[in-house]
Amino acid sequence: MCVRRRREWNTKSGAAPHDGGMKIRTVALAGALLALAACEGGPQSALAPAGTDAAQIARIFWVMLIAAAILWIALNGLFAFVTRIHPRPISRRIAETLIIGGGIVLPLILLGTLLTWGLRAMPDQRAPGDGLTVRVGGEQWWWRVEYLPADGGPPVRSANEVRLPAGLRTDIELSAALVIHSFWIPALGGKMDMIPGRVNRMSLAPTEPGTYRGQCAEFCGLSHALMALNAVVLPADEFDAWLSAEAAEADPPDGPGADLFAREGCGGCHAIRGTEWQAQVGPDLTHVGGRTSLAAGILPMTEEALAGWIRNPDAIKPGAEMPGYDHLSPEELTTLARWLMELT
Amino acid sequence: MTDAAAGPRPAVPRGYDADEGVTGPYPPTEEMLAEPIPEEVRQAQEDRLREVWKEPPGWRYLSAVNNSEIGKWYSLTAFGFMLLAGILALVMRAQLAVPDNDLISANRYNQFFTMHGSAMMFLFAVPMFEAISILILPAFLGARDMPFPRLSAYGFWCFVIGGVFVMGSLLFDAAPDAGWFMYPPLSTKQGGIGADIWLLGLSFIEVASIAAAVELIVGVLKCRPPGMRVNLMPLYAWYVLVVGGMILFAFPPLIAGDFLFELERGFDWPFFDPERGGDPLLWQHLFWIFGHPEVYIIFLPSIAIAAMVVPTAAGRPIVGYSWIVLSAVGTGFISFGLWVHHMFTTGLPTISLGFFSAASEAVVIPTGIQLFAFVATLMVGRVTLSLPLLWIAGGLAIFTAGGLTGVMVAIAPFDWQVHDTYFVVAHLHYTLFGGMVLPVIGGVTYFYPFFTKKQMSRRLGLWSFWLTVVGFNITFLPMHLTGLWGMPRRVFTYPGGLGWDWLNLLSTAGSVIVAAGILIFAWDLIRPKGREPLTERNPWGGGTLEWSHDVPEEKWGVRSVPYITSRYPLWDQDKIVERMDAGRYYLPDAEEGHRETLVTSVIDARPLQVLRVTGPAWITMAAAAFTGGAFIFPTFHMYPPAIVSGALAILCVIYWLWTSTAQIPEKSTKDIGLGLSVPTYVSGPRAVGWWGMWITMLGDSTAFASLVFGVFFYWTAGTDFPPADAAHVDWRWSLMAGALGLAAWAAILLARTTNRGGRPLPAAAIAGAGAVAGALAIWAFITALRLPGLNPTSHVYPAMMWALGVWTIAHLGAGIIMLLYCAAALIFGKATPTHDAPMWNVSLYWHFMALTVTVTVLVTAFLPRGL
Repeated sequence: MCVRRRREWNTKSGAAPHDGGMKIRTVALAGALLALAACEGGPQSALAPAGTDAAQIARIFWVMLIAAAILWIALNGLFAFVTRIHPRPISRRIAETLIIGGGIVLPLILLGTLLTWGLRAMPDQRAPGDGLTVRVGGEQWWWRVEYLPADGGPPVRSANEVRLPAGLRTDIELSAALVIHSFWIPALGGKMDMIPGRVNRMSLAPTEPGTYRGQCAEFCGLSHALMALNAVVLPADEFDAWLSAEAAEADPPDGPGADLFAREGCGGCHAIRGTEWQAQVGPDLTHVGGRTSLAAGILPMTEEALAGWIRNPDAIKPGAEMPGYDHLSPEELTTLARWLMELT
Repeated sequence: MTDAAAGPRPAVPRGYDADEGVTGPYPPTEEMLAEPIPEEVRQAQEDRLREVWKEPPGWRYLSAVNNSEIGKWYSLTAFGFMLLAGILALVMRAQLAVPDNDLISANRYNQFFTMHGSAMMFLFAVPMFEAISILILPAFLGARDMPFPRLSAYGFWCFVIGGVFVMGSLLFDAAPDAGWFMYPPLSTKQGGIGADIWLLGLSFIEVASIAAAVELIVGVLKCRPPGMRVNLMPLYAWYVLVVGGMILFAFPPLIAGDFLFELERGFDWPFFDPERGGDPLLWQHLFWIFGHPEVYIIFLPSIAIAAMVVPTAAGRPIVGYSWIVLSAVGTGFISFGLWVHHMFTTGLPTISLGFFSAASEAVVIPTGIQLFAFVATLMVGRVTLSLPLLWIAGGLAIFTAGGLTGVMVAIAPFDWQVHDTYFVVAHLHYTLFGGMVLPVIGGVTYFYPFFTKKQMSRRLGLWSFWLTVVGFNITFLPMHLTGLWGMPRRVFTYPGGLGWDWLNLLSTAGSVIVAAGILIFAWDLIRPKGREPLTERNPWGGGTLEWSHDVPEEKWGVRSVPYITSRYPLWDQDKIVERMDAGRYYLPDAEEGHRETLVTSVIDARPLQVLRVTGPAWITMAAAAFTGGAFIFPTFHMYPPAIVSGALAILCVIYWLWTSTAQIPEKSTKDIGLGLSVPTYVSGPRAVGWWGMWITMLGDSTAFASLVFGVFFYWTAGTDFPPADAAHVDWRWSLMAGALGLAAWAAILLARTTNRGGRPLPAAAIAGAGAVAGALAIWAFITALRLPGLNPTSHVYPAMMWALGVWTIAHLGAGIIMLLYCAAALIFGKATPTHDAPMWNVSLYWHFMALTVTVTVLVTAFLPRGL
């Protein structure tokens, strides 16, 4: 499977990533049916696994699909056979045997096998991690992210993007502020709800470095559709380097951008570590320019997108808590956006 | 012996107790049935029956309560709501046709998907089952009407008012928008009245659904024709029994949840607020304890229709009758043990996920048995592929695909991926379209000649079928892939470039084709067929009793109620239709000018009573309107009008009961034909009213049990229930309240025996004293809650104590009204020592009250002290 590092899909009008993403597996037996179904899909697909959990589930799916297809054809074939092709009466005795055989014996065998095999995946999926813990908190409609390094170092706060080391299993702790959300990165594994008043635990073990898209999967209000995030899987050594950089304080340049940030009161909600601004209402901006997407996975991290977002968040994400700054001139917006982009 | 009157003294038939008051020969012999009826007698009987059963003319037609009218209105209304909900779906599909579309706003989209689901579930699927059953069940059973026609009418009008209210909110852009599952805290924290409309409007409809379920259950148990033992019932009747029972146990947990929910929204009692000890998951449990059986409540009636169509198509009795009955009952039971599979991603322990995975798979077995029984029946017969069978076959083909994806999602790890994605949207539509919509259309096509004496068009039917089936698969088959490729449900838009674009466009195109198919069906259903020839009486050659009907000419249903010895009487019982038409069987006449139907015993259907059923009335509509007011005014926080409206509703119901139920007849027994004489008035377990009360109270107790479940849920799920320093309910006052409640219970029992002993006035005094004890019990409960200063808004613990208290107090209030009703009935001679049905029914209510009061005292005053 090809390693995908994609950013181009992330634009609102970006072209579909069909370049090699639609790889057809040819399965000898059931060509036509599987040809359609074997498509791997895009960067948010559960059928293009990039982690052991998603791969295990995808395997369960393919086996179940083949069995289900055979059973469906057999059952409906039988129905067509007795109504259209060979409508000749048979004895009641054979008919009753069919009820018992098809309705009881066959399902008992098949389901028993499926349950024993399928449920054995559960402990693997929820196995304890190798040290690193990532805390993710659901907000309307964005994600708080906090890294608790394996070496017990201080927590590193970030937002709206999760980076994970390849080849290691990372613990994920999930919580939510006001309403229920669900944390889901299909290419890496199954989802888990984020419920106010509870902490839910899961773990992910990515294997393929790349950028994968995730999305909130539990309806969480007006802009539920616009609550996404990227999971960036890095080779383990790259990840360590990135985490130490992320842990560092920001070093924002002085100038008109910083002045605008101060004047407009952005620091009343957002934190930039290493400055006087430490508020925790909105997403942490310490290294915002280094993220792969903006506004919880719905915009590319570009100057124009950032300026547009600051001008009127509600137009992009209905109901967003952040107020609009449309009183700023286009130049001021660009200045502020450019300054934020420098926080890498 | 051809006429019992010829004998010296009428004998008690074999199998009867002497005190049942039934005399004469039973069962009828072949010679008795062969006796001809003189033509002039027959004419006179028919004239009288026609007069009694005729519908009110002109605008007073709307006051009809007959099952054929109510059933027709009910099913057409439900179909109308289905079309509206379908339009919502089409608009949603248009919005999702292309990425980043802005055809409708996020807010409107959220209202639409919420209402699409809610309307399809609460305004179409369940009511449609009840409507169709009200319409055809009496015909299956050879009954003239349902046991409580006015209750059907009341339920129907409640449904219309509630449905119009809930759907109407869309026009004001104020519709519920938190999903049909209404998960808190989203739905409790949201402003606006959308969530209140959902909670109150749909609770109102749920009450109507339960009313219809009670009616249907009692209908199956008590209104079967003589001789139709339970093992001879048409399978449809079995399914009605199972589904009615499921409604009875599935809806109450939701009503309990609604009750807690509205207390939180209206009065800030923090049941689902984690800040104050509440837990959003309690709602999910209560919702899905309702929600999963709901799926089978929707699916089983269609299997029931299939179970009627398949034997007719095969021309053979169903194969594996007992297996099917066992499977239906088994499905009903298992469906209550699966709800957690809707909560696989909420972080529950792996061990319980494994259990619920296995339980979810187990339901395959009874479902498989039923499907294979149909195939087997077709195999033993010679199949004619009629239009109804085609719809059913298409439905089952789609349903089996949905069932197989159901087997997949029941495997918890796989569900972690596809839960809340379009894969599940595809799965559920495959099960519901295949398991409900298509078989119901098949059923309508099948029964159409039964209602109208006209056939639906085969040409239009084929067009409709193929458009629907092909369009359905174009719409929903790609959605499996859309979901696997990561598209979550309930999103008003999606970005391009994730591979979802063409899949969504395909689905949208398919949805238009489905709409065309459904529209053709709708047109075929309502198009005028005036010039087409009338169909013959039994056009498909069915073997069950409904095909003996000669509707719509005659509103009386069956001309005489037959004696049944076979599952397929029209196939197996020689000359049965001829004899029914001749009035050779039971109840061929209406000498006294009353609408009557036969009440029989539960297991073996021995005739027990001639029940006078009620005729047209406006009071039921008034009762429904005021009940509607009691639910709808609180939506706008208008509490005084709500209370007035509720009080008026109660007055209407009392008037209705007083003037039309358990009337003392002018003679104690009646000759119902074939020499058999049965009582005209019965009370206690022989009466339909007693069964109605018993079944209603089973549902009511389920709701109460759900509240008690809430207490144990908070206790086991949280660490601060009750909080360390919490004030507790005062146990002395609580104990006193319990004692007073039990005293009221004792009073009604004593009043009943005193009355039986021939002293109605002292009995009335005792019942009155019971009412006073009940009132004092209410006062003592309130004191027990108020004295220690339990503040229900401070924490979920006092809120839960108050919720139990409010529930019990409201039920004590209803019990007091019933006691006073009994006292009045005894004083004014509506009840007498020999005619005491109200006393029995109210005693039964108070048996349940004794239990409720005891549990409330234990759970509020004593249990928390021990925790």
